[in-house]
Amino acid sequence: MSVTTEKQSFSQDLIASAELSQFTEATASREKAFEDFKLVGLPDGKHEEYKFAPITKLLAKNFNADELYSKPTASNNDLSSLIPKGLGENCVVFVNGVYNKSLSKIKNTSKVVIKSFVEALESHLHVVTEGLTEIAESKDPFALLNSALWQDGLFIHVPAKATGEEPLYIYHLHDATEKKVASHTRLMVVVEKHAEFSIIERTDSLGKHPVFNTINEEILVDENAVFSYCKIQDDHGDLIHVGNTTVHQKKSSRADTYTISLNGKLVRNNLSIIIDGEGCESHFYGLYMTDGDTLVDNHTTVDHRKPNSFSNELYKGLMDGKSKGVFNGKIYVRPDAQKTNAFQSNRNILLSDTATINTKPQLEIWADDVKCSHGCTTGQLDGEALFYLQSRGIPKDTARAMLLYAFAGEVIDAIKDEHVKNYVDSIVSERLHKSY
Amino acid sequence: MLKIKNIHAGVENKSILNGINLEVKPGEVHAIMGPNGSGKSTLASVLAGREDFEVTEGSVEFLGKDLLAMKPEDRAREGIFLAFQYPIEIPGVSTVNFMKTALNKIREYRGQDALDAVSFLTLMKEKIKLVEIDQSLLSRSLNEDFSGGEKKRNEIFQMAMLEPKLAILDETDSGLDIDALRIVANGVNKLRTKDNATIVVTHYQRLLDYIVPDYVHVLYQGKIVKSGTKELAMELEEKGYDWIKSEMEVA
Repeated sequence: MSVTTEKQSFSQDLIASAELSQFTEATASREKAFEDFKLVGLPDGKHEEYKFAPITKLLAKNFNADELYSKPTASNNDLSSLIPKGLGENCVVFVNGVYNKSLSKIKNTSKVVIKSFVEALESHLHVVTEGLTEIAESKDPFALLNSALWQDGLFIHVPAKATGEEPLYIYHLHDATEKKVASHTRLMVVVEKHAEFSIIERTDSLGKHPVFNTINEEILVDENAVFSYCKIQDDHGDLIHVGNTTVHQKKSSRADTYTISLNGKLVRNNLSIIIDGEGCESHFYGLYMTDGDTLVDNHTTVDHRKPNSFSNELYKGLMDGKSKGVFNGKIYVRPDAQKTNAFQSNRNILLSDTATINTKPQLEIWADDVKCSHGCTTGQLDGEALFYLQSRGIPKDTARAMLLYAFAGEVIDAIKDEHVKNYVDSIVSERLHKSY
Repeated sequence: MLKIKNIHAGVENKSILNGINLEVKPGEVHAIMGPNGSGKSTLASVLAGREDFEVTEGSVEFLGKDLLAMKPEDRAREGIFLAFQYPIEIPGVSTVNFMKTALNKIREYRGQDALDAVSFLTLMKEKIKLVEIDQSLLSRSLNEDFSGGEKKRNEIFQMAMLEPKLAILDETDSGLDIDALRIVANGVNKLRTKDNATIVVTHYQRLLDYIVPDYVHVLYQGKIVKSGTKELAMELEEKGYDWIKSEMEVA
């Protein structure tokens, strides 16, 4: 039997065995998503969007089809050690895909609604179902799979004009000390007009059994609202992760997203930014620093649908060992989106002969009065710069760390929240063995 | 202080230096002159430890130690300083942080405690005056978007901070207008003591009006073909390098 047919059969096993009847809520949308999933199945190596990310192959190797959606299990271990010190004051914690009340601490004012997705389906059905349309239209196999099989999730509603709220930390923790885990969670954030909010999301796991996690995230940033979102992917387990994040921006809103990927087996981020109003500003940054056999695949899309908006994308990668980086950046400028300014930059440094990067910018511009640019570079550490620092008495390893830190620093410096910036800075510094 | 004996060096089978001999004593200023391609910058690079060049023969002794066996950073810590002909731009690393790291690494090597923030700042302010460099430049990324003059002044500022025993100025005058040249030379002169030495590598005589050498050596085809005092530089300026070339061909 060839490898391809094995994968196809894995996909068919999943379709044949998945029991949607175990879920009692949102059954109609689950069934629709599953019907759509059946049409596409799990992506194989020929799938254009997944050709560098062998997720199906990894899943087939590590899981039985029925293990991908089994009922989540509780953890008997104390996972609080996975929450960094000082960053657990205002947080929501998911353990193996399920909202964990005892580890969560919510300090936000009563103005901001933070509740489990299941509860929100009752109290905020209208908002939830309206917001679900973008991702429901997604043809991404894992977005569809998540829409059919999600176990739990979080709903955040920031009412109009709510500002000065504390940033919320969301932890997705997995306990794989005894057995493998699969989890599917959702996040929905609605930031109403003139409101401001920021979220920091971190994944981590305990134990070395494989973990498969999908997250569907939908974020609506309404008129004049400001939203900031930082994902820190520093998972110490054997994580296979697929995130589908959609940020929908309305008129004069601003969104900043940061995707910092440092660890995990295979991390795939599909980030889609929809600029659906004039005068929007969108900044999205990525930093992937990988080693070992980690694969980080960032697919980003910015869709300019309305005129006079600005988007700026900067993704930087440092790859060591046998690790792999993938970057695909799509910019769409629709016919109506005149006077759009859209910039994209992807820069990579390969630190070993065995590390690889596949990078591809994709610009599709239908408007004629726009300013768009893109650029990507891949290289090695600059030997001249290294010598310059050494010639001033700085040892080679310190000089190397300084240069790599400076490279990564461009992304870290862009993080506005001081706590988050300091935290990211500390893990990046530790990673680089920065000792100066 | 520095004893260069019969140095041969080159890149990928191409020989550039063909037997250089030179001795530099504390307190002395030596000028190395020569036409383009004569090996001046290669000599400076070999002394600083640039890995692109392979030394195939000869030895260099610095303060009694085998210089060629040392890594570039150890040469710097022993007291060698190279002012680069083309100082490199390093985005994301500020001159201040860079100097603080360098200075403390050198102090660590010498068994001294690291300078605290206040002492470092005091020292920096003192050296800033010496080289007349704009302080705001130093908190910016190293040399990024600096003018040619600012880059060279930054080199001399770094030299002032690190207080080397032997400074090698590699074509520090290239790309400088006369005012910048005067400021850079002034900085170098103020840093001169009876205990340190300077090697000035230059194509033109005009820098030597400001940094007056004790000895002038002319490099041609990878060898020192003529040595003398500052008058030799004047003669070169007058007659041009063709004079040396034709003299060599006759010989």
